[in-house]
Amino acid sequence: MHTVKVLGPGCRNCERLTAVTEQALTELGRTEQVEKITDPVAIVGYGVYATPALVVDDEVLIRARIPALTSLKEILGERLASKVG
Amino acid sequence: MSSVALRARRVRGTHPFVWLAVGALAWVVFYHWLLPFWDWVCWTLLGLPADARWAEALHFFLYDTTKILLLLVGIIFVVRVLRSFISLERTRQLLGGKREGVGNVLAASLGVATPFCSCSAVPAFIGFVAAGVPLGVTLSFLIASPLVNEIAIVLLYGLFGYKIAALYIVAGLSLAIVAGFILGRLHLERYVESWVLEAAAVAPGGAQGELRPTWDERIELGIDEVRTIIGRVWPYLLAAVALGALIHGWVPTDFFTQVAGPGNPLAVPVAVLVGVPLYSNAAGVMPLVEALHASGMAMGTLLAFMMSVVALSLPELVLLRRVLRPQLLATYVGVVASGIILIGFLFNAVIQ
Repeated sequence: MHTVKVLGPGCRNCERLTAVTEQALTELGRTEQVEKITDPVAIVGYGVYATPALVVDDEVLIRARIPALTSLKEILGERLASKVG
Repeated sequence: MSSVALRARRVRGTHPFVWLAVGALAWVVFYHWLLPFWDWVCWTLLGLPADARWAEALHFFLYDTTKILLLLVGIIFVVRVLRSFISLERTRQLLGGKREGVGNVLAASLGVATPFCSCSAVPAFIGFVAAGVPLGVTLSFLIASPLVNEIAIVLLYGLFGYKIAALYIVAGLSLAIVAGFILGRLHLERYVESWVLEAAAVAPGGAQGELRPTWDERIELGIDEVRTIIGRVWPYLLAAVALGALIHGWVPTDFFTQVAGPGNPLAVPVAVLVGVPLYSNAAGVMPLVEALHASGMAMGTLLAFMMSVVALSLPELVLLRRVLRPQLLATYVGVVASGIILIGFLFNAVIQ
């Protein structure tokens, strides 16, 4: 199992990134749950200063943007397939 | 991957510049033929009486809304694509160790250019502290970011002309630079919450795995931004233009000219005070600005009102309170509010 986290204080943009990530995971047939990290100290701990960000297994994949579903599926699919979860 | 998806990918992937060129050409053609098109629709196709007031108002409404929509689509797209070349990480590195003065100017400019969701003010602030950006320079960035906004610029240009739009840009940048500089000079670093300094001390350098978007992704970002923003602002846009078209004939303009015209020195401070608890983006406040303008309120007063709404909003102050102690937050509000009031007076004196 991989860990998938969305970093952001919880405004509209973070909600959108969470939604598109959940949809991408579903369409990829993954069962991972998206964890929301809202604490600024924890967010900064990932080296992320602009939100929203997407972190998979503690690696920052997306910063300060909301990708389209198709590109996110590619990014996530590649990342999740590369290592056994 | 299915062959359809593969083909779609190739179409998207191989020719991003071709799509950009086609899009740009289409935009120019639309923009150029917009007025002739509505002339034709109103006067030839529908045969409306060109001398009737209501027909003229309708023509104005149709032309103005479509013109501003086209401008918004073009500018939002271009700005978002350009912004995809800048990241907060880069901005942070650029500003780290910059002296005050030059740093404030750079920070205000980058505040306008950097893609930044104002809800990430807290992590951004910690990141700036971690990178050794001086407090006043950081504040210049945080003031400029919501204040000088491309949607506001387009709407001001569309509704009031390029002079007002240009004044707004210059005034907004100057305010961010000067207010940040003054706040830096006051040496209020001890009023930054101590947990911020602790978090900054252990914060990683960042920029690891800095991901450069491809051109496809940049275009995707631009399209997504246009869709999101237009989807959010179109009712306000319609309201602003409709109010402008309606009010001109029917509301006595003397009322606001007397109460809040350039002659009343209290009008500007009152407008700024009223603006603080109101929270809206630049597009949301525009119908009100247009309506008040049409009823004779002075432009400087209105710009001050608008700046106060976008730059000094309660939710943003609540966010900043998490990193700034009350003394520093109060000084921040005081300096920015005074700056906005000054701009209001200045504009009222300049624009007649």
